[in-house]
Amino acid sequence: MNISKNIGYYFILPGLLSILAVIAIGLWGLKPGIDLAGGSLLEVKYPAGRPAIELVREKTSALGLGEVRVQPTGEEGYILRQRNLTVAEKESLEATLGMPQTAEEVQFTSIGPSIGQELMSKAWIAISLVVILTILFIAFAFRHASKPSSWKYGIVAIVTLLHDILIPTGLFALLGHMIGAEVDALFIVALLTILGISINDTIVVFDRIRENLRLNDEKRKHEEFSEVVDRSIRQTIARSINTSMTVIIVLLFLYFLGPESTANFALTLTVGMIAGTYSSIFLAAPLLVVWEKFSHK
Amino acid sequence: MFALRYWSVMILIAAAALAFFVWRTTGTDGRFDFKLGLDLSGGTHLVYSADTGKLSSAQIADSLQTLREVIERRVNSFGVSEPLVQLEQGGALGQGTHRLIVELPGVTDVDEAVRLIGQTPLLEFKLIKEGASTTDAAGNLNPAAYVDTGLTGKYLSTAALQFGNGQAALAQPTVLVTFNSEGAKLFAKITGDNVGKPLAIFLDNQLVSAPTIQEKIDGGSAVISGNYSADEAKALVRNLNLGALPVPINLESTQTIGATLGDEALHAGLVAGIFGFVVLSLFMIFWYRLPGVVAVMALIIYSIMMLALFKLIPVVLTAAGMAGFILSIGLAVDANVLIAERLKEELAAGKKAEDAIREGFARAWLAIRDSNIAHIIAAVILFWFGTALIKGFALVFGLGVIVSMLSAITISRTFLLALGVNEQKPLSRFLLRSGLRK
Repeated sequence: MNISKNIGYYFILPGLLSILAVIAIGLWGLKPGIDLAGGSLLEVKYPAGRPAIELVREKTSALGLGEVRVQPTGEEGYILRQRNLTVAEKESLEATLGMPQTAEEVQFTSIGPSIGQELMSKAWIAISLVVILTILFIAFAFRHASKPSSWKYGIVAIVTLLHDILIPTGLFALLGHMIGAEVDALFIVALLTILGISINDTIVVFDRIRENLRLNDEKRKHEEFSEVVDRSIRQTIARSINTSMTVIIVLLFLYFLGPESTANFALTLTVGMIAGTYSSIFLAAPLLVVWEKFSHK
Repeated sequence: MFALRYWSVMILIAAAALAFFVWRTTGTDGRFDFKLGLDLSGGTHLVYSADTGKLSSAQIADSLQTLREVIERRVNSFGVSEPLVQLEQGGALGQGTHRLIVELPGVTDVDEAVRLIGQTPLLEFKLIKEGASTTDAAGNLNPAAYVDTGLTGKYLSTAALQFGNGQAALAQPTVLVTFNSEGAKLFAKITGDNVGKPLAIFLDNQLVSAPTIQEKIDGGSAVISGNYSADEAKALVRNLNLGALPVPINLESTQTIGATLGDEALHAGLVAGIFGFVVLSLFMIFWYRLPGVVAVMALIIYSIMMLALFKLIPVVLTAAGMAGFILSIGLAVDANVLIAERLKEELAAGKKAEDAIREGFARAWLAIRDSNIAHIIAAVILFWFGTALIKGFALVFGLGVIVSMLSAITISRTFLLALGVNEQKPLSRFLLRSGLRK
């Protein structure tokens, strides 16, 4: 470890990944799904009995139209929701569904987003509120830490948090480019969850720093701040990894065995958790040291 | 020691009773069965057409947005969680009728759903056309005599119950409606331009009253005085506060629909949860030994408590909610990891087992408290701001954090102390330590 000597190297990993994430987002952007952008709704009827839903899902997802949500309706019909279709795309979808031989179209309409403008602006307010309240709370919880000022703990925690949501967002931009992954309501939920839980490890490390500083004060022992941080990281690294491990274990099961609809959700969360684990060691702690050094010069 | 063991046994008995309750009520379709969301169980699909004929094209988008929000609020208010409310426009080019799709999970009584949505009031303020007769020959209302002012329920901010000034027996309940700032401006303009004329107030296309405008009203509020009983006025206030319709809507069709994700998603979620749980338990037991076993016990009790809460509250489970629950199992074990690591340190410092356990819990508590409070802050904000889907997730997540804090601190601690491990025995020392080395 030895944070006082090698501090420059610490920032390489989070720095490099953040730059890659920003490039990915800038280059490819995020693809809004039908939850956010709206799309079209096609209702079909099979008077002679409808085919199995798995078959319909399999056939329609192979068309390259992005996500197609299939839902049985009544006794003999299906409702399909997908993005807006061109005439050619609609024809190929209809042919796949067996029109006009076995299936007939009941209606084809365009639909608005189920996540309205209202929710999007609310999501931004929610993110800002989480950020502000977390800074306030950490500043409050660490008010007795002898140094540095407790506001620094709060602000460093938030910088770390922003890194933790930047990485999965960058990955999603990459996935959107490579396999057409779309941003849906669950993606927003995942990011908000990372906001809530990735702070765990940062708090565990900060808590140790706080305690070691207090013990030093009690023993009237002088120790460089960078050494206190170094020691605290070494004392907490096992539990940091283990607490994240427990969450990552269940998330990986959710990813590999869980429903397909929550696979991207689990992946986003897993990446966010991994980012949250290393960032508390490689970003939060060294940032605290650098800031402390800087303000003493 | 006796008290600790007594409580441990009591906790186990209570957990077993809860588990029995969860097991017996599952699959009964009764009051305490799990409630599944639209994506997992299907429900009712209602289509309404919105009458936008009277609106200018600039107003349409705005009014439809308000319509969607009002209906979503209304549907949420009658306890159907995670509904889908979506605008749609007919025709491939988006030129047709504006429609509103409402999907209600688990609702099988279509008529009841239609009735509840139908209670959404349509509030309109109209002027009377010069020279037109307000009633036809038979004395019925002549709708053609009334002209729209553009002031509708869209601009409504709040409604409140008021009683007139007369004697108690004569006091007539009235409803005070307050407009938002835009509505207040419009109201001031309408009243200012039409002093001396009657302003007719329509509720659900029925004329309620037509008071004469005495002067320009700037305050942005109006009083609706019909011949209401106190109960009728209260119901109207409640309905108006949930939102009034900006445009009239008509029910076009109702259908029952199947699940978007269906059984296979439910099954996959269960499999993921169970496998995640088993591997997590194995990890905890092999790495943390005795504290690990206790943590797994606490985790089982945690899961039982959560499942019972899902049934009692009730929480509507969707794919997002299930993911939240599976995630919370991973989080619930966090506190136990912190405690076990601390315990190991205290033992290494040469403390007696009981002291080490007490000290380990006390020291771990600060970090557990701080991180859990950070979680709860996030959960509350998500619940407060999110719409249906996010609310469900936030509720499961927030409940999980609170229940897991309880199970990690109280239950694990009681069990661990009740076991009465003696640190002098090598086996006990081995069991309390963790990690790869002895």
